Amino acid sequence: MCLAIPGKITQITNDDPLLRAGKVTFGGIAKEVSLAYVPEAQVGDYVLVHVGFALSIVDEAEAQQVFDYLRLIQSEDLKELEEATAP
Amino acid sequence: MKYLDEYRDADAARRYADALATLVTRPWTLMEVCGGQTHAIVRFGIDTLLPPQIDLVHGPGCPVCVTPVELIDRAIAIAARPEVIFCSFGDMLRVPGTEKDLFSVKAGGGDVRIVYSPLDALKLAKDNPTRQVVFFAVGFETTAPANAMAVHQAKMLGIKNFSILVSHVLVPPAIEAILGSPNCRVQAFLAAGHVCAVMGYTEYEPLAKRYSVPIVVTGFEPLDILQGVYMCVKQLEEGRAEVENQYARAVRQNGNRPAQDLVAQVFGITSRKWRGVGEIPESGLCLRDDYREFDAEQRFDVSMITAEEDSECISGLVLQGLRKPQECPAFGTRCTPDRPLGATMVSSEGACAAYYRYRPAPSARPLATLGKA
Repeated sequence: MCLAIPGKITQITNDDPLLRAGKVTFGGIAKEVSLAYVPEAQVGDYVLVHVGFALSIVDEAEAQQVFDYLRLIQSEDLKELEEATAP
Repeated sequence: MKYLDEYRDADAARRYADALATLVTRPWTLMEVCGGQTHAIVRFGIDTLLPPQIDLVHGPGCPVCVTPVELIDRAIAIAARPEVIFCSFGDMLRVPGTEKDLFSVKAGGGDVRIVYSPLDALKLAKDNPTRQVVFFAVGFETTAPANAMAVHQAKMLGIKNFSILVSHVLVPPAIEAILGSPNCRVQAFLAAGHVCAVMGYTEYEPLAKRYSVPIVVTGFEPLDILQGVYMCVKQLEEGRAEVENQYARAVRQNGNRPAQDLVAQVFGITSRKWRGVGEIPESGLCLRDDYREFDAEQRFDVSMITAEEDSECISGLVLQGLRKPQECPAFGTRCTPDRPLGATMVSSEGACAAYYRYRPAPSARPLATLGKA
């Protein structure tokens, strides 16, 4: 139910604050989406869309952290392993 | 799709599982709150990747599942009226009421329609001024901004033939109800990422502190969930109980302020019954007086309809993480998605439906779907 899908804003179609809307593409499928809750979102931004509403702008820098964190914990594992097996 | 496929990488998932196996030293029970996460865990076989000491139990975060039977009965009473176009998300149509479901109202000639967004229902109201259009406003904090906006637009645009049947519930009171139960065995929570995209996560900090439980805001893709589990287990192993954010690409500490503001303008806090769980104080939303004219329960005078739940269904225990779906004697026999006894078998996000769909032969296909979007 709380499913939200990331899509890219390709066009702002209404800039009235209450009715702010735009075209968002999801891997080729375009939909009209309310942008009323992301007033700062612009064409080119990725937004998370739930039941026709953009709720959050995807942070490009943070999008990598799941992989950065994995590298970090694996290097710690490696360090522990090296310490444990050190003569 | 960008921001989706990369988080289903099978190799990275295995490496997370390996790191977890190195980290864990004793048994821990974690609960994922959101039904979307339950669905992903069972679909991608994430639970089968985890070291055996880590038990994932499934929480109450499926709004379809926790909508009480009497609200379904009220929806059915409204939907059966000839002047009404009753609009709902698809999942709600097969949820059993006391005697029937919304699909059977449709089969009997009722005008029941599945919509994608409450704004679609509002447009139907604009296009059909002689009909009464009612939207079944079910959901958690994630969906509340959409429903608030539909009602607010109806008020601003003077659309009088639109109303909503409100069944809105809130996550933190449900977490507190689970933690406060004497049977509670949950030691850490994966908090629901999209609820927090709206609300932020400061409201979880007092809970983490009071009950000494780690709470990690977590996304919905396999790598998100594995990282969320890792962060929970790391806290448990180190004796910490803090709120952390795994899902920072979508969730900011203070959430979405414009959405929170409109939700607070349209809705107030109320006590709500949760199917299978019972009444939880201050656990839901209701329309404020300024918007009460859009309340379908009042407009159609159905608030007198009450109902009791079926006694055979153990969904209440499933929703509190006290039982797994296969532990129910009716699972897969007397209770199936086609003939559900309770709501956890109906919604695609319900734990019972997820097990029924993805676990025909236990552990037969771990990783089979990982890496293929």
